[in-house]
Amino acid sequence: MEEAGETKKIMYVNRKAPYGTIYALEALEVVLIGAAFEQDVYMMFLDDGVFQLKKEQDTKALGVKNFSPTYRALEMYDVEKIYVEKESMEVRGLTADDLIIPVEVKSNEEVTKMMTEMDVLLNF
Amino acid sequence: MKFGIMVNEGPYTHQASDSAYNFVAAALEKGHEIYRIFFYHDGVNNGTRLTTPPQDDRNIVNRWSALAEKHEIDLVICVAAAQRRGIADADESKRNGKDADNIAPGFRISGLGQLLEASIQADRMVVFGD
Amino acid sequence: MLHTVNKSPFDRNSLERCMRTCDKGSAILLIEDGVYGGIKGSVIEDKVKGAMKDVKIYALEADLDSRGIKGRVIDGIQLVDYNGFVDLTVEYDKVQSWL
Repeated sequence: MEEAGETKKIMYVNRKAPYGTIYALEALEVVLIGAAFEQDVYMMFLDDGVFQLKKEQDTKALGVKNFSPTYRALEMYDVEKIYVEKESMEVRGLTADDLIIPVEVKSNEEVTKMMTEMDVLLNF
Repeated sequence: MKFGIMVNEGPYTHQASDSAYNFVAAALEKGHEIYRIFFYHDGVNNGTRLTTPPQDDRNIVNRWSALAEKHEIDLVICVAAAQRRGIADADESKRNGKDADNIAPGFRISGLGQLLEASIQADRMVVFGD
Repeated sequence: MLHTVNKSPFDRNSLERCMRTCDKGSAILLIEDGVYGGIKGSVIEDKVKGAMKDVKIYALEADLDSRGIKGRVIDGIQLVDYNGFVDLTVEYDKVQSWL
């Protein structure tokens, strides 16, 4: 295996809101397991994906597990490159203060550039 | 070229597994290698041998099994996603105290690491989903 | 980079989002319900034509055929079969699926 030990730039592209569908939760599970592979990992939140990071999620009445605190644990898994698109937040009336973890806010143009620099894009 | 494929939707409800199958069949025909097909989210439902579509419809599960046998393709069902949705092989069934298993021939159940490993090893990763 | 879009633009924002974010010189392939984005005379036609100045747009023939719209595709959108889909993934260095 000539490529063993190779490090790839992998971006997890999250575009879906939590709870309405399972994609956000299962995407997060990929990121946590994936951390063991020590790749150059980027988490990008676009469109409704930004709602995944909204503070004050309370799922008691819904009867499902609130997984939003898990985003705070990403740092312990050395997942530190976490980005949110500015335009996606603006359209939804959110600012970085509404989010459960500190993120880097990127413009659509910067998102485009970052995507082109990746080796692999995993879409959820 | 070496391809990794991810299938995120179950058969019949969404077109994703048909698209993935047609893509994979074309890639193999062209002489490319399919390193692995990873089934995630409801995509794990592609791997139950209990699927029984009407006779005049395609059998999506059997089609995957046949492809895997002919071309020795690694069909991997995510264990965490499979447990949620009731897809099990004999080992999984026993471990979880269930009375049956339902995995189709050619599929195996394994962890999410298989998706990451495929992403690293493959030249191209193609995701089919909703 | 190859972008795939599999949603109707009349239902979801995937195509517009893709056109806004795709890099110059990349390609967009419309598959599944995404092929409705390639239909002539729709409210999104002008945006699609605008995007075609910077990116190539393809549509998957099987999905156009099955939906009865192969004869209605915007001029300049190139039709490909599954072999063509595979070729595009080889030609471009990676795939972004706007699920």
